[in-house]
Amino acid sequence: MSSPLKDPDQRIVFFQQWFSDTIPHSKALGLKIIAVRRGFGSMQLDWREELVGNPETGVLAGGPLTALMDSCCGMSVATMLSEPKPFATLDLRIDYVRPATPGKAVIAEAECYRVTHSVAFTRAFAHHGDPKDPIAAAAGTFMLGTKGEVTRPQTIGAEVKP
Amino acid sequence: MSTLPNPLMARLAEVRKSGDVAKLAEAIPYARWMRIAPENGTGELLTRMRYHDDLIGNTFLPAIHGGTLGAMLEMAAIFHLLWETETETVPKIVNITVDYLRSARPVDVIACAKVTKQGRRMVNVYAEAWQDDRAKPVATANAHFLIKSDDAPPSL
Repeated sequence: MSSPLKDPDQRIVFFQQWFSDTIPHSKALGLKIIAVRRGFGSMQLDWREELVGNPETGVLAGGPLTALMDSCCGMSVATMLSEPKPFATLDLRIDYVRPATPGKAVIAEAECYRVTHSVAFTRAFAHHGDPKDPIAAAAGTFMLGTKGEVTRPQTIGAEVKP
Repeated sequence: MSTLPNPLMARLAEVRKSGDVAKLAEAIPYARWMRIAPENGTGELLTRMRYHDDLIGNTFLPAIHGGTLGAMLEMAAIFHLLWETETETVPKIVNITVDYLRSARPVDVIACAKVTKQGRRMVNVYAEAWQDDRAKPVATANAHFLIKSDDAPPSL
């Protein structure tokens, strides 16, 4: 199989390619991968007028943040699998702790902190550049080994002990 | 705070007269972009997300992206609160928990919502989304919304 992607820049290119090729909604939102390493993923969502929820304030709708958090948590799961396998979101909780600032890009940082045989556990924060000043927090769990083709890139790290 | 009426609340007043609930979505850029709109042809307020290729999250199955299901459940809850309750402001989401039950195929998704608990400032809403068979939901959600702007903390 392919060797683990040791080079950070190569990893970003690899995951971004996966995103663009197989996840049209992430492409439609314009999600950009900022960082990816074992157990961690970070993505950026740029502010756009059509993603606004409240036309009076220009604040982003909850939906784009939900999709950003789901995608980012999912990417953190992909980095933890010893071999690529399909997985799907089981549940996702999002706390909107303050409104996103209109015009500013949102950065999500997700951590996959536990992988078992069937389930992966993740948490994430979204912010405008200062992780200590979050816009949203998320907790997502993912079911591993679901039906369908493998669409994820090869793992980054070593074996995962269930 | 602006003294001008919020475009969405102004639209709500128009829609209350005309009865054309689909027009509510026109005041929300994200709803237009996602092709999410309410409808009440059956007498029940439902929210529909029209299928288009940008919704896909997995090209191999193919399946609709989970984030878009969460988004449309949230919109369904908001449209329900605007239409079925006496809210004076645009409801502000505090949190949402989405359960994914089945993979969603590349067709329209429909959702209904109901208020589980109405408080003075906070409302708890349950929403459910399905495709062809209402008895087989693809996703459900519980969400909290602040519904009184004057009581909201400055940041929300």
